[in-house]
Amino acid sequence: MAVDTQTVRRIAFLSRLKIEDDKIAAAEEEFNKILQWVDQLAEVDTDQAEPLVSVNEGRLELRHDEVTDGNIADEILANAPMKEYGYFAVPKVVE
Amino acid sequence: MSGMIIEGKTGRWEIVCGLEIHCQIISKSKMFSGASTHYGSDPNENVSFVDAGMPGMLPVLNEECVRQAVKTGLGLNAKINKYSEFARKNYFYADLPQGYQITQFKYPLVGEGKVKIELDDGSSKEIGIERIHIEQDAGKSIHDISPDKSFIDLNRAGVGLMEIVTKPDFRSPEEAGAFLRKLRSIVRYLGTCDGNMDEGSMRCDVNVSVRKVGEDGFRTRNEMKNVNSVKFVMQAIESEARRHVETYENGGTIEQETRQFDPNSCTTKVMRKKEFAHDYRYFPEPDLPPLVIDEAFIEQVRSEMVELPDVRQERFVRELGLTRYDASVLCENKETADWFEQAAQGHDAKKVANWMMGDFFALLNEKKLSLEESPISPANLGKLVDLIAEGVINGKTAKDVFALMAESGEAPDKIVEEKGLKQVTDTGAIEAIIDMVLTANPENVAAYKAGKTALMGWFVGQVMKESRGKANPGMVNKLLAQKLG
Repeated sequence: MAVDTQTVRRIAFLSRLKIEDDKIAAAEEEFNKILQWVDQLAEVDTDQAEPLVSVNEGRLELRHDEVTDGNIADEILANAPMKEYGYFAVPKVVE
Repeated sequence: MSGMIIEGKTGRWEIVCGLEIHCQIISKSKMFSGASTHYGSDPNENVSFVDAGMPGMLPVLNEECVRQAVKTGLGLNAKINKYSEFARKNYFYADLPQGYQITQFKYPLVGEGKVKIELDDGSSKEIGIERIHIEQDAGKSIHDISPDKSFIDLNRAGVGLMEIVTKPDFRSPEEAGAFLRKLRSIVRYLGTCDGNMDEGSMRCDVNVSVRKVGEDGFRTRNEMKNVNSVKFVMQAIESEARRHVETYENGGTIEQETRQFDPNSCTTKVMRKKEFAHDYRYFPEPDLPPLVIDEAFIEQVRSEMVELPDVRQERFVRELGLTRYDASVLCENKETADWFEQAAQGHDAKKVANWMMGDFFALLNEKKLSLEESPISPANLGKLVDLIAEGVINGKTAKDVFALMAESGEAPDKIVEEKGLKQVTDTGAIEAIIDMVLTANPENVAAYKAGKTALMGWFVGQVMKESRGKANPGMVNKLLAQKLG
């Protein structure tokens, strides 16, 4: 499996990674190296193996419906670059 | 036939529509954290580090959210999947701190189901449910406080949602409206979602395409996001379908895109093209192993189910003798149906239904009261119906007693006793009043005897008036007829 330049640009956009035009070729090469590395796994014969969804062995633990957290607005906002009236403030987002 | 046909220049077109409804799950705490789901708290008060997407925080699933979704699935006659998986849906938005939404993709918790809807022409139709999956809600962006900034409140981030996806079974706006009302009624009966579309706890995405009548397969559909009332959903379907027909007939094509419905102009406009925005790069959620529930869990939920509106309506018709229409009105919401059953208990249910749907609802409407705020208790409405049935008061006096009950909240028998409103059924007493009226009006008696029999109504009115409305109207009629011979 390999990706072309256009796919690299598209995935960078979706991931909000800014890659300058003169770096695209290098990014594409690295991207493909990683894919090749993962492709090696295809060499293993898995015909007899059950599909694995999760590497966690345990089953999903559920919690009871109780309020045990929250009321820490100051801490939640502590790292916010901008905040006003108790809200996170961000540059205007308009669809 | 409830399908809507659009007559175009090139032929007849039918509407194909499916709905995706996001229902906020009723639970005390969020789906993956212990923060409260309370609505209306100060900004960012109900936020934990999990909800804020802080590094290293791990989600722990709230069992109540699972139970509520399973209950909803059972209420929609759907298959419950004992095995389901969580997935990450990746997108960037300011009110989604994790940068992804934990949802379900390939293996949803609830599979196919079906819901029966009733239409205005008396017919009914079955609407297919494709699936229900559970996922987390995003935070809220507020754009109208500051001119150059958006404000983010994460109180809603992480609240549990059920996304109910229907099959593309709707062929008219009416069908979609009937389905939404039925769904809202069901989730409210179950107590799994409060169903308030105007507050956003139930939000509807509408998918619409059209095709020529008789054509196989589907054409390109458009999606309208977050349409927030039943009426707007119906308007959006019609306006979008007409736009498609017009586009096709003018030689154009429909591109797959997300559109927004504007209720003021009743039109839709493009929000975003599908190409980029919908590349969500789903992958299995690494922080949560698959969700496995057993038969015992499902049976436990089943045992907690309440009687649903359809079944209850059927019972009201069969056991209480209500008309289908009355039963459907009284059963639409659970509180009304509960109130009615309490009032009807041990009394004439049909008469109680008439009073409830007539004077009682009119009273609540006029005074802008909710059912819980009603000054009249269910037991007292039942007693009022009995007083009429037993002949203690007549129908006209009953209206006055009802008005006094609305004012004071007193029991009707007490009001009748205190105000001396008991119906006069004593023949002698009524005869005395009749004699008095006849003696006082010799000209009218003569006119009546000369053939002007229409005066009977006038005589009855005079006698009722003299008795201050308490005479039994049937007896007055009978005795008057005898005396006037």
